[in-house]
Amino acid sequence: MTNELAQLEYAIAEIMEIADGFGLDYYPMRYEICPADIIYTFGAYGMPTRFSHWSFGKMFNKMKMQYDFGLSKIYELVINSNPCYAFLLEGNSLIQNKLIIAHVLAHCDFFKNNLRFGNTNRDMVESMSATAERIGRYELLYGAETVESFIDAVLGIQEHVDPQLIKPLRYDKRRQTEEKLRRMKEAQSKPPRGGAYDDLWELDGLGTGGSSGTGAGAGAGSGAGSRAGSAAKPEAPLPFPPEPEKDVVWFIQEYSESLEDWQRDIMSMLREEMLYFWPQMETKIMNEGWASYWHQRILREMDLTSEETIEFAKLNASVVQPSRQSLNPYYLGLKIFEDIERRWDHPTEEEVRRYGREPGKGREKMFEVRELDSDLSFIRSYLTKDLVRDLDLYIFEKQGPEWKITDKTWEHIRDQLVASRVNGGAPYIVVQDGDYLRSGELLLKHQYEGIELDLKYLERTLPYVYRLWGRPVHLQTVVEEKPAMFSYDGEKHFRKML
Amino acid sequence: MSSFQPDKANFIVSKEDWSLHRKGYQDQQRHQEKVREVIKQNLPDLVTEENIIMSDGKQIIKVPLRNLEEYRFIHNFQKQKHVGQGDGDSEVGDVLAQDSPKDAGKGGKAGDQPGADVVEAEISLEDLEDLIFDELELPYIEDKNKEELESVSFRFNDIRKKGLMSNIDKKRTILENLRRNAISGVRGIHGISPDDLRFKTWEDVRLPKSNAVIIAMMDTSGSMGAFEKYCARSFFFWMTRFLRRQYEKVEIVFLAHHTEAKEVSEQDFFTRGESGGTICSSVYQKALDIIDGRYPPSSYNIYPFHFSDGDNLTSDNDRCIRLIGELLERSNMFGYGEVNQYNRGSTLMSAYRNLKQDRFMYYVIKEKGEVYRALKHFFHKREKEARS
Repeated sequence: MTNELAQLEYAIAEIMEIADGFGLDYYPMRYEICPADIIYTFGAYGMPTRFSHWSFGKMFNKMKMQYDFGLSKIYELVINSNPCYAFLLEGNSLIQNKLIIAHVLAHCDFFKNNLRFGNTNRDMVESMSATAERIGRYELLYGAETVESFIDAVLGIQEHVDPQLIKPLRYDKRRQTEEKLRRMKEAQSKPPRGGAYDDLWELDGLGTGGSSGTGAGAGAGSGAGSRAGSAAKPEAPLPFPPEPEKDVVWFIQEYSESLEDWQRDIMSMLREEMLYFWPQMETKIMNEGWASYWHQRILREMDLTSEETIEFAKLNASVVQPSRQSLNPYYLGLKIFEDIERRWDHPTEEEVRRYGREPGKGREKMFEVRELDSDLSFIRSYLTKDLVRDLDLYIFEKQGPEWKITDKTWEHIRDQLVASRVNGGAPYIVVQDGDYLRSGELLLKHQYEGIELDLKYLERTLPYVYRLWGRPVHLQTVVEEKPAMFSYDGEKHFRKML
Repeated sequence: MSSFQPDKANFIVSKEDWSLHRKGYQDQQRHQEKVREVIKQNLPDLVTEENIIMSDGKQIIKVPLRNLEEYRFIHNFQKQKHVGQGDGDSEVGDVLAQDSPKDAGKGGKAGDQPGADVVEAEISLEDLEDLIFDELELPYIEDKNKEELESVSFRFNDIRKKGLMSNIDKKRTILENLRRNAISGVRGIHGISPDDLRFKTWEDVRLPKSNAVIIAMMDTSGSMGAFEKYCARSFFFWMTRFLRRQYEKVEIVFLAHHTEAKEVSEQDFFTRGESGGTICSSVYQKALDIIDGRYPPSSYNIYPFHFSDGDNLTSDNDRCIRLIGELLERSNMFGYGEVNQYNRGSTLMSAYRNLKQDRFMYYVIKEKGEVYRALKHFFHKREKEARS
């Protein structure tokens, strides 16, 4: 073993001991030292073992070029898995590696303990490798171009999955859907009954009754209560899907009539991959903030030479450096975590009086936050007025040809940040009707919340959906505050204002 | 030291050999193939791309890659509010960025927002030329006066026993040594003697030097508008570059004409407009004079090309045809390009259509995209014709 590697191992052991002392709780670690092009490959694919697609090649090319030109540098890459894989850039100095190792440990602690990651597959490295192999075989069977253009289409809607953590009926969405349909049918044949809040029973029935696997009979009061509260006309066709379906990928994969088995297989595999990556998108600010907080704290405990201290400070500064271009998640997350620590360590008199907060509970509170929150709740609950002012946050938007600061009200800034993180930043789109116009067409609906869709992208994505669904597709959204419908029938686009 | 013994169960550090991991490069290549496909599809548009034609020829060209975006449903970046961070003194009303009219739609804030992705591929003019010229071939090349027009160069292509020490060929030297040792019954590399030494040596090679001249002729009469001139200009731009690949030296003579012809500068050729009628034979006569005076066909490959909108004095047609015949005697080929946006019947074409000459070619350009087709028409790859 080379001297360098021995030094690194020694440092890792030391860092782990310090991390243990702080109470970080991580998986066994596998550190792998890789040359730059390998790190950048993994960075582009998000995983060491992912399937092949030109879009990853495009990303790789872009990232590698930025590296070659010295514009950006990835020092590490960490995979949410058990054991946890972390890839270190070959040529990192020892002190750089120390920072990175501490940083990575905190990421791993976050993966292991944050609730959003509760359902993620910790063997995803192997799963993705199996997926890659399977897609490779499909390429042999059906032609690389056929598979490629199919994947193009799937990737076009890949964000539209349903990442909810609580899944009734043991994850079996198809049974869940059929169950809902059956109940609706039942409800139609019986006269509607009573109260305005009856539909709440419905939720109850699905949530608890579902988990027992038998459906209607099990939930408390579900027998009578499960009737639809609204007065459905008996002859009206049942809506399909019974409720707007958030998981567009799943819906198409399950109910499209034009897909072949291998295509459904690819869709379901890509959907699994998206569901795996989703929590990382949902906790970007927290996760980076948490890791930055801990690499600082851990390195402070270490015996560094003065050169090391300076190099560490430089690297640390470059990581958490605020950026004018976009919010640096490392910085924002770090500042919020530090603020939480301060406020729970030294609560104000009012906080003590009103909430019974005891001083000195900063760390404890931080660990609680890292377990329970995602970026949405993290920002909503812990981005305070003082922080917004200290960080000099603002809202900017485009007015004419200029990008202007338009608002500095702290509540607005907080709410805007939250809004931008909803659904991982992607538009919220649901399947409204899988049998639109009663001719098997697909109606998607954009749940408009004040931000319009990019129409150019919209019109270029619809053909992808068409390719998957095999029949005309429609998307309902809002343009210039008026409802609008975009359609594609395989040859032509149609737009109409509603 | 003792308290920090690496706990093997809890972590492993490894360093594998990754040299066979080519995945990123493979997919990168696939992406680049797709980029090339898109560029190829766009060639007709690119050929008349203004900022290429007007450039000095050294730049990187940006090609919009409409089909290589990863399209998905996204929010409209422009119509959205964003949160940003200042230095501590930001005020409502501060202007952060401004859309320059050029990259309108890109937004000042690139960041990591998906909407702001640059949807262009960069390609150097050279690569673009490769793509375009790949399908072209210079017709009717003739060998000109070799003795006069040779240049001397050298290349390493021989191995000798004597030579300069700096040119030693190590591999062959060792092979010789091995062989000699093997013959004497001892294996291995040892005792390299002067006899084993092998040197790379060069040989003078004579490269035929070739010259070409383009006689660019254009109608600058009143009827030639900006569009017509632009098409002609794009055509000459590519033609010049194409010939430069084939010949060491390519000269261009610009001849503008209306009722009479004169030699002009490149600048004037493309920009100056004149009025008046058109007599094409004037420019052909001028071309003949210039060829006879300056470019002896014995040492020059001559390519006269004439661009016009087709209007000509009807009585002049016969003279034109006769002069073309004379030009062809001196030239490799003669090309006539007519820029005829509205597909009118033109005087010149009515005559040229019936001109059945081997090396006389014409093409009618109706829209910008056809400049590329014109290039392909004039310089398409031919079956090997029986010409010496």
